[in-house]
Amino acid sequence: MPDATGLELIAQRVREAVGEEAVTGTSFHREQATVQVAPERVHDVLAHLREADEPWEHLMSVHGCDYLPEEPRLAVHYQLLSMERCDRLNVKTRLGAEDPHVPTVVDLFPTADFQEREVYDMFGIVFDGHPDMRRILMPEDYSGFPQRRDFPMGGEPVLYTFNEGKYPRWYE
Amino acid sequence: MSEPPSVTDPLSVPYRERERSVTMEPLGESHEELLTINIGPHHPATHGVLRLLTTLEGEVVRDIKPIVGYVHTGIEKSCEDQQYWKVITFVERMDYLAYYYNALAFCMAVEKLLGLEVPPRAQYLRVAHLELNRIASHLFALATGALDIGAITMLWWGCRDRDLVLDLFEMSSGQRMHTRYFQVGGVMEDIPPGWEEKVRGFLELMPTRIDQYESLLDRNEIWLQRLKNTGVVSTERCLELGVTGPLLRASGHPWDLRKAMPYCSYDHFDFDVPVGTVGDNFDRYKVRLDEMRQSLRIVEQALDGLPEGPWITDDRKVALPPRHELATSMEALIHHFKLVTEGFRVPPGEAYAAIESPRGELGCFVVADGSAKPARVHMRDPSFVNLQALPDMARDSLIADFIACVAMLDPILGGVDR
Amino acid sequence: MEVTRTRVDDLRVRQLRAQQMLRGELAGKDLDEYVEERLLFTTIETAQNWARKNAIFPLGFGLACCAIEMITVIGSPRNDLARFGAEAIRFTPRQADLLILSGRVSIKMAPVIRRLYDQMLEPKWVIAMGACSSSAGMFNNYAVVQGADKFLPVDVYVPGCPPRPEALIYGIMKLQDKIMGSQDMGWRERYGAVGTEETVA
Repeated sequence: MPDATGLELIAQRVREAVGEEAVTGTSFHREQATVQVAPERVHDVLAHLREADEPWEHLMSVHGCDYLPEEPRLAVHYQLLSMERCDRLNVKTRLGAEDPHVPTVVDLFPTADFQEREVYDMFGIVFDGHPDMRRILMPEDYSGFPQRRDFPMGGEPVLYTFNEGKYPRWYE
Repeated sequence: MSEPPSVTDPLSVPYRERERSVTMEPLGESHEELLTINIGPHHPATHGVLRLLTTLEGEVVRDIKPIVGYVHTGIEKSCEDQQYWKVITFVERMDYLAYYYNALAFCMAVEKLLGLEVPPRAQYLRVAHLELNRIASHLFALATGALDIGAITMLWWGCRDRDLVLDLFEMSSGQRMHTRYFQVGGVMEDIPPGWEEKVRGFLELMPTRIDQYESLLDRNEIWLQRLKNTGVVSTERCLELGVTGPLLRASGHPWDLRKAMPYCSYDHFDFDVPVGTVGDNFDRYKVRLDEMRQSLRIVEQALDGLPEGPWITDDRKVALPPRHELATSMEALIHHFKLVTEGFRVPPGEAYAAIESPRGELGCFVVADGSAKPARVHMRDPSFVNLQALPDMARDSLIADFIACVAMLDPILGGVDR
Repeated sequence: MEVTRTRVDDLRVRQLRAQQMLRGELAGKDLDEYVEERLLFTTIETAQNWARKNAIFPLGFGLACCAIEMITVIGSPRNDLARFGAEAIRFTPRQADLLILSGRVSIKMAPVIRRLYDQMLEPKWVIAMGACSSSAGMFNNYAVVQGADKFLPVDVYVPGCPPRPEALIYGIMKLQDKIMGSQDMGWRERYGAVGTEETVA
């Protein structure tokens, strides 16, 4: 893992190469380095990091995330890996729940194909330029994005003796 | 110049050359007839409920589109509704052949967030169970993979020896599958007396069993013809696609998280990372077989060097107090009550913990918001990512080879769909 | 069916009597005794059910975790489902008559399973193996059908997560009892669907 100083150096180099507004912040928590970037510059930042002097040439994972009470709500995390230096870097971007758009990184990292589709399926974040932006896990005609935190859990109420009167004719 | 194959001795010619009518080249303008076939979700060769939209030209596969999601269970959503120590039960159901690994990835992420130190005995016990699980998982992959290719004996043998491993799990934790043995901060309880001898008996038996598999399969003409030089993917393409685990190692790249970024005291153990050279299906099979041997070595070292001491952290805010303290200590009783009813709270933060599962890099991403329930649990499952390599493996090969590719890719659909 | 032998004969004696019978040398009381020993009287339904019970063809269909234990039941020499005549796995629903729902049923999979069930020929039985397909188990969420009996009739529920192989074998034995035994244990009576059997006239 890059330490806190190394993280600032990386962020500085990204700012110089891609633009001052691309990096919106850094955080170093529990030995994990995170660069927070503006959503529209994700592709540029990852392209720079992939080709940088100390490259992060592999994308291991793409996570979607929903921080409900906070704004902007949604987030996409990219876990970068350098196999040479055995090092990881997290690139994170935050975006609002209304019509979220992020440029795709499939052209840089083909592995992002399924993973971006999963994020779209679960959180409704549209990856612009993705070759095949469809639902992947849920049925195609499903409506709603189930892993957003304001989506109901679903399922059925569990019956106990204290609430069996609430669900009439449950025994059928 | 090559002689035309003699009619009297057809077995001397590889079957691919005997089938002169089948060519791997596009047939040209006049034969440009593509056929789209749906394979699955209920198909014996897809290892679960995988659906493959296959485009064929004659008998040659031109394209494959995997369609997944048929066992999507919403585990990640359910986890957000559970306390941290109950989530372990849920994540174990993802990759259902490597349950110890799912539990460990989650526990490691939470331990990272808590800044928790795991006692050495717990780490060694974890390693022993993880490697036994790797053997069981590879055995089952081999058994069903060989069944797809037609070697049904391997199914009986694989299941027979997998049962031996499951007996060990049952002895240490009480369950055959989904044992929930790993806890945040350590393991559930110490190994029972007699477990070690039983494992040593298994360690003595298993190498001869692996030799049996080798003698059954390695010189089997059908097995070789079906696996050699089929489904080749280059190292560069594997890396682009994010493929990890035995598939990447079979293509010659010795990337193993146990060596590269040691976790759970894997740096204490002496083992090798088997790699292939060609990156075909046969290398994948060989890498799995050799990994079983290395796992046996690790288990033996873990038993030899098993340190004395506690098997779970003594941080009472996270781990349950031992039973005998409940009768004497009021504080222990309060901790027990708090842990069981509310669970422990985790300070806000995000953590990504990656481990080497039998199928590749298994990562768990946990977001904590300070409450007793996680705000987000996401698994980077190796099967899900590796499945993207299937079109590359099977393109422009015969349809029979593509079945072998699925078998040696070994996707676990519970892990793909989660 | 219990077959009890009242007379314990020497094997050689019985062989000789069979020889005599074939030569037509037995007559009168001896012949009656010989035939009585070897005849069983039953109804045609019982005989049919007896044959069905001992030749169950399960559909080779695995869903999730329980599928691993199902394969262990079939594949592991320790369990050996052939003892119950149910080891011949058929991969097409047209030839199968037992559907083992081994694992969680997602909303995406439910139509597929229903279609498989509809493709199976009567008589057909369903075992819901494990907590997930019986009642969705712990997955009380948006993606899982809350019990497979929401969309097809289930005959036997096997609890466990996943059930031990012995539990599945016990479930199959229960199903055998059901096939053999009273028909009013069946789902048609419970669901009020008597008369909907698909039979060839």
